[in-house]
Amino acid sequence: MIPAAFDYLAPTSVDEALAALAEHGDDAKVLAGGQSLLPVLRLRLNAPEVVVDLGRIESLRGVRDDGDALVIGAMTKHADVLTDPLVAEHAALLARATHHLADAQVRHRGTFGGALAHADPAGDVGAPALALGAEFTIAGSGGTRSVAADDFFVDLFETAIADGELLTEIRIPKYTGWGAHYEKFVRVAHQWPIVAVAAAVRVEGGTIAEARVGLTNMGSTPLRARAVEAALQGQPATDEAVRAAAAHAAEGANPPSDLNGDADYRNHLATVLTRRAVLAAAGA
Amino acid sequence: MTRINLIVDGAKVADDVEPRMLLVQYLRERLGKTGTVIGCDTSNCGACTVHLDGTSVKSCNVLAVQADGAEVTTIEGLSDGENLHPVQEAFRECHGLQCGFCTPGMVMQSVALLEENPSPSEEEIRLGLEGNLCRCTGYHNIVKAVQTAAGASNGARAHRADVGASTAEVTA
Repeated sequence: MIPAAFDYLAPTSVDEALAALAEHGDDAKVLAGGQSLLPVLRLRLNAPEVVVDLGRIESLRGVRDDGDALVIGAMTKHADVLTDPLVAEHAALLARATHHLADAQVRHRGTFGGALAHADPAGDVGAPALALGAEFTIAGSGGTRSVAADDFFVDLFETAIADGELLTEIRIPKYTGWGAHYEKFVRVAHQWPIVAVAAAVRVEGGTIAEARVGLTNMGSTPLRARAVEAALQGQPATDEAVRAAAAHAAEGANPPSDLNGDADYRNHLATVLTRRAVLAAAGA
Repeated sequence: MTRINLIVDGAKVADDVEPRMLLVQYLRERLGKTGTVIGCDTSNCGACTVHLDGTSVKSCNVLAVQADGAEVTTIEGLSDGENLHPVQEAFRECHGLQCGFCTPGMVMQSVALLEENPSPSEEEIRLGLEGNLCRCTGYHNIVKAVQTAAGASNGARAHRADVGASTAEVTA
């Protein structure tokens, strides 16, 4: 299967890329690592007239320390996020989730920003980005703006990135010393999760001082399990306490029903996986 | 048409290609490198795995224009023409194949896996080969082949360490 013909632009700066998007408007598609876009083009689910490849823009790659936060370039490959020592130290939850994303070859090509902009609710990096309160830097013709995680994911495959704009950086506050775990439930190797739960907790003397929990594939966007977070706060990191808090995991969720399971099954799964994720994150 | 320049299996190549041409198509149809096969054509099976600038990728999920300026190694560039690559040798020794269709991708991913993790556990091998499907389900011998290749190269490394002081320029 071969994509429909398109013109190819490979800008070497963000400004050049924005100019290309301004010129071609709706006819253009942005290519990051291509691990989601190329299958879409090959299946001819989309046939843009112009493809704007961000792969030659060096400034969009890499992880840097910015005081109380990490800044990850949108074109940083999953494999580089996975092995980055700053991510391991300050955003372990992201590393844990990235480890489970697709397979090695896809992680060598696919990018963190590309996956977030694609906004597949079954994608593995949306829930940790949301749970960690990431901020998204979006560049447009009028300059850059910052969007909070709660406002970034709008709907199925839809984000706050407007036409003609580009996601350039993702800023993640440091969670140094927090425990983290990503519990992913799949039936087939290297596939999207049926449900997954991203949990980060700060444990002080056996008590959960703070918790952040994100859900994958439990609605049209990644979700925060805020009821679980509130219920965990101040609780002992024991199976009993975590089980009681995890019972709230599906509150407010609206999971899909498909061949992998109906919505009720996913609602149940979310409570089980939340318990496992939080206990593992707390080291209990 | 877009002009691309790249190095494939050690040789410089330059061509005008349609932007929509996939890397695997370019390798097979332009360069005649049919050792890299197309399996599922949906980026699931990993049969088309090659190395792009030193890391494994599924070449059905990369445009040829994205490989402009890059170095590509296919299954055809692994051996020196005389001796099989240690991973190829291990696949033969352990009979790490049944019909053989997935083998080019399995070998290329195994080489990438061992470069990133020279002494993988069995679980790490199975996870590392997660993106490569063997529809004959011949996974056990494939895993054994990777374990054998890891042991062989670890042995070779130990040997090199012994003699390395006097023969400095040995490469992996």
